[in-house]
Amino acid sequence: MSTLQFEIQLLAAVVAAACALPGVFLVLRKTALMSDAISHSILLGIVLAFFVTGDLSSPWLVLAAAATGILTVVLAESINRTGLVREDASIGLVFPALFSLGVILISRYAGDVHLDTDAVLLGELAFAPFDRYELFGVDLGPRSLAVMSGILILNLGFIIAFYKELKIATFDPGLAAALGFSPLIINYALMSVVSVTAVGAFDAVGSILVVALMVTPAATAYLLTDRLSVMIWLSVGFGVTAAISGYWMAHWLDASIAGSMAVMCGVIFGLVFLIAPQQGLITIARRRLRQRTEFAEAMLTIHLSHHEGRPEEKEESALATLYVHMHWDESFTSRIARRAEENQLVVTEENQLILTDKGRRLAEATMAL
Amino acid sequence: MSEMDKNNPDKNIPAVEVEDMTVAYREKPVLWDVDLVVPSGVLMAIVGPNGAGKTTLLKATLGLIKPAAGKVLIYGRPYPEQRQLVAYVPQRGTVDWDFPTTALDVVMMGRYGHLGWISRLSKNDRTIAFEALEKVGMEKFADRQINQLSGGQQQRIFLARALVQDAQIYFMDEPFQGVDATTERAIIDLLRDLRSSGKTIIVVHHDLQSVPEYFDWVTLLNVRKIAGGPVDEVFTEKNLRAAYGGRVGFLGLTLTENNSVKKD
Repeated sequence: MSTLQFEIQLLAAVVAAACALPGVFLVLRKTALMSDAISHSILLGIVLAFFVTGDLSSPWLVLAAAATGILTVVLAESINRTGLVREDASIGLVFPALFSLGVILISRYAGDVHLDTDAVLLGELAFAPFDRYELFGVDLGPRSLAVMSGILILNLGFIIAFYKELKIATFDPGLAAALGFSPLIINYALMSVVSVTAVGAFDAVGSILVVALMVTPAATAYLLTDRLSVMIWLSVGFGVTAAISGYWMAHWLDASIAGSMAVMCGVIFGLVFLIAPQQGLITIARRRLRQRTEFAEAMLTIHLSHHEGRPEEKEESALATLYVHMHWDESFTSRIARRAEENQLVVTEENQLILTDKGRRLAEATMAL
Repeated sequence: MSEMDKNNPDKNIPAVEVEDMTVAYREKPVLWDVDLVVPSGVLMAIVGPNGAGKTTLLKATLGLIKPAAGKVLIYGRPYPEQRQLVAYVPQRGTVDWDFPTTALDVVMMGRYGHLGWISRLSKNDRTIAFEALEKVGMEKFADRQINQLSGGQQQRIFLARALVQDAQIYFMDEPFQGVDATTERAIIDLLRDLRSSGKTIIVVHHDLQSVPEYFDWVTLLNVRKIAGGPVDEVFTEKNLRAAYGGRVGFLGLTLTENNSVKKD
């Protein structure tokens, strides 16, 4: 593996981790789409700051972009507060307006600089290592790696320092406010962090994939745990895994790195969605099947106990005609009867099902529910 | 004010005073010029029909919504200075019970107010939270994810969270809503314990039948304050009719029955 490859993967991993951290809170606050809005509208801030400074690598670009991110949140929330437009619609009103303003400004006045729409949407990780960061003539690695590492440390610091505040303001904003932790301030702080992260990640992976990196790892982690702290670390883990595996997938397919990273985010989510131990599709399907069989067994014991010692017993408990009385499928009936025998709920004598004591107790217990 | 005074406010001053509270949503008043004086050490119900502004009154008192007019004093001082004296139990339905956290964790949130920004929970906070869980009979569920709890159990968790706030005044929004009879009994016992130790409890309540049994003080609300005072004096058919309008028909009967039971 060359230094170049290593640097690209390291950058991808740092971007993914930095995005996953605030992403957890966006997902839990049910404002995942806010990351979409912010990552688009920051373009306007970048363009405007570029016009003023004339320098694409000026730190003012980051600040201006972050300010536009906050502006998006403020505008969307003030439209929502009028009560005339719902929350999702107000987000949808604001960010396309700001984003398209940015696009128009680029195409009208900045057509000749490296600020084209492709780079905005998808970014280009592969070129990132060519823009080096030098201090006193010493090469300190790719510029975007330095920037993203700074953002990762910022995000980590933010979440560690304000873990308790973020938690209470997300879970119960009313109590947070009553205790003096203004949910408004915490919300804007989080949105600032999302904006700054989006600006940094934007350069590397573009505005669309920022969303994938913020939302998908957190949504995946949410399926696996019921502890907030575990969810945060799992999100980071999934983000980094998607970044590295996405890089190799791109390498192998000779395709876009950012695109492959997003695909891997989706693949990991899909896998977890299928096999998660508590909430995965497979577990749920198995649980349903088991419940259905157990319930059928209980129904069988109840049926037998109803007719026990009565004249019709022979007819009602005959193995061959049981399915008619239960109104069940024939093969399902024999499967349930076999299982009931295995579980010692019934015994078979001359093709008749006879309840055992255990079976009788199950029937009683089920009917007592 | 020293730390000592803060924890032992002068019980001769009313616990809560609300003056001229008006709250409006887009020019439509939901609370009109409400004055309220809650003496220290009472167990008070706020009752009134749907849309009477009961929850709004609670929220405006706690500064969670901005009133159009009005002033709130907690033991003689503005609320922001007295936050530590107040515990708040919101309606159960206002939070996301799928949030990835445990029962004990939710109870510990009640300690956050004592910690202030950034500081972390200590071992002591954890012990206090666990003891509160024991008080509401939920210690076995400490590590349980909160969406695996029944409605009544969730309400007990909320109550435990209010207990660890170690406050003087407890504001509770419909704590009996959707809980089973056992939990209702457990909650009311706990509220009485709090009152006996000198706390003031203010409860938004729905069930008129149980007012005389559970509470010693009551405020009847319907956008305006209809009446307020000791249950014996103000929980009368006349006041209830004024608060509930024509809808009180069937309530009137059970009420006179209740009142006569009380007089025996």
